[in-house]
Amino acid sequence: MQKRTLLDGQKFQITIKRLCHQLIENHIDFSNTVLIGIQPRGSYFADRVQQELSQILKKTNIKKGNLDITFFRDDFRRKDGIVSANSNTIDFIIEGQNVILIDDVLWTGRTIRAAMDALLAYGRPEKVELMVLIDRRFSRQLPIEPDYIGQQVDSLNSQRVKVSWKETEGEDKVILLSESNK
Amino acid sequence: MAVEKLSTRHLLGIKDINRNDIELIFETADNFKDVINRPIKRVPSLRDITIANIFFENSTRTKLSFELAEKRLSADVVNFAASSSSVSKGETLIDTVNNILAMKVDMVVMRHPYAGAGQFLSKHIKAQIVNAGDGAHEHPTQALLDAFSIRQKLGDVAGKKVVIVGDILHSRVAISNILCLQKLGAEVMVCGPTTLIPKHIHSLGVKVEHNLIKALNWCDVANMLRIQLERQDIKYFPSLREYAMMYGLNKQILDNLDKEIIVMHPGPINRGVEITSDVADSKQSIILEQVENGVAVRMAVLYLLASQRD
Repeated sequence: MQKRTLLDGQKFQITIKRLCHQLIENHIDFSNTVLIGIQPRGSYFADRVQQELSQILKKTNIKKGNLDITFFRDDFRRKDGIVSANSNTIDFIIEGQNVILIDDVLWTGRTIRAAMDALLAYGRPEKVELMVLIDRRFSRQLPIEPDYIGQQVDSLNSQRVKVSWKETEGEDKVILLSESNK
Repeated sequence: MAVEKLSTRHLLGIKDINRNDIELIFETADNFKDVINRPIKRVPSLRDITIANIFFENSTRTKLSFELAEKRLSADVVNFAASSSSVSKGETLIDTVNNILAMKVDMVVMRHPYAGAGQFLSKHIKAQIVNAGDGAHEHPTQALLDAFSIRQKLGDVAGKKVVIVGDILHSRVAISNILCLQKLGAEVMVCGPTTLIPKHIHSLGVKVEHNLIKALNWCDVANMLRIQLERQDIKYFPSLREYAMMYGLNKQILDNLDKEIIVMHPGPINRGVEITSDVADSKQSIILEQVENGVAVRMAVLYLLASQRD
């Protein structure tokens, strides 16, 4: 197994800060905007963005929810076993709000398709945007593109991108894993 | 993301599943409870699946609950009641079901008056079977929703004491409940007149008590069963009035206990026989929670079974 580090240390922090400033440019004070992290790994990213935004804007009331997409996946009965579900925690109304969907890695786009479906059960948002930390370019299976991108990478289908977070794994880091040929 | 699955293709009885299966069903049901409390109570998981509800015996609650669960998972549903069908013209069970399957049905939810009907069918047809009650044998989804309701109310099932009161002899709910609660680590007691307690019930590892007050003082949860008059071919007790006096739960008995117990009932209730109205409608009763949980638990069962490909 070969590992290549894509993001870590200061570069990781700067990337998050930059994304937050991009969000502020478009959403100013977040009075009509909510953050929705896609369960399970997107919610860690959304937590971090919420913290960072609160610090920059000196505001404590930026709304954030977690969305689980398990029951909206399109590979149900096409794979062995099922992915166990996580909780939904959206304790506000998204009708008429600007929603920023947040996930760690964008690859085929199928998760985002499911997330948009799942989101509609909570109302009709005014606008939905997508923010990802890592965009695996040229690998989309659906016409979905992110609005805010931490970093773009070119990768093979056999490779895996792993994002770890200080809160859960002890370190902020993004690595690209590839099976070695031998 | 843990990938998990049930150890079985059909849900024929609690006997065939293990503790991990039950816990997986409960965890999934927690998620579905969240779904059915949203403004839009529907997820698209089972949208390419057709489910036939085949009821050879009357049912209101179970049938409605299954149908709602199926619809909230976006499955296509066909209903079949034996009374209005060709069964009365002499068609066999396999023929009836095979004809329904020829219309490309993926799952069958079946209630049948004979024990083992689901088992028999599972050996002869391709579809997945969910037993919705077979004679006096098993009623697995009822047991799952009862245990799920206890877990929701008391936090855990393990270590809890549950007494099942009433017509144990004719009850599929009792057998499934005993097996399910024991698999989850609860202690189970049965209580009722000698004639309505099966002879060898102690071989299941349950306590037997004939005095209702003693049983209630022992337990944390009392599950009051209905007297199944339709299955009683002979008289098992002198009169309903006498049964109600000996084994009926009323508010006075409940208030005189030195602790607060939870009262359950699988429905339909015969008010004034096994429990009085003031008990059924009291704060200690979780009868309506059971019904709500029934939909979530059935959604979990159907979802988990459907996730297994042939």
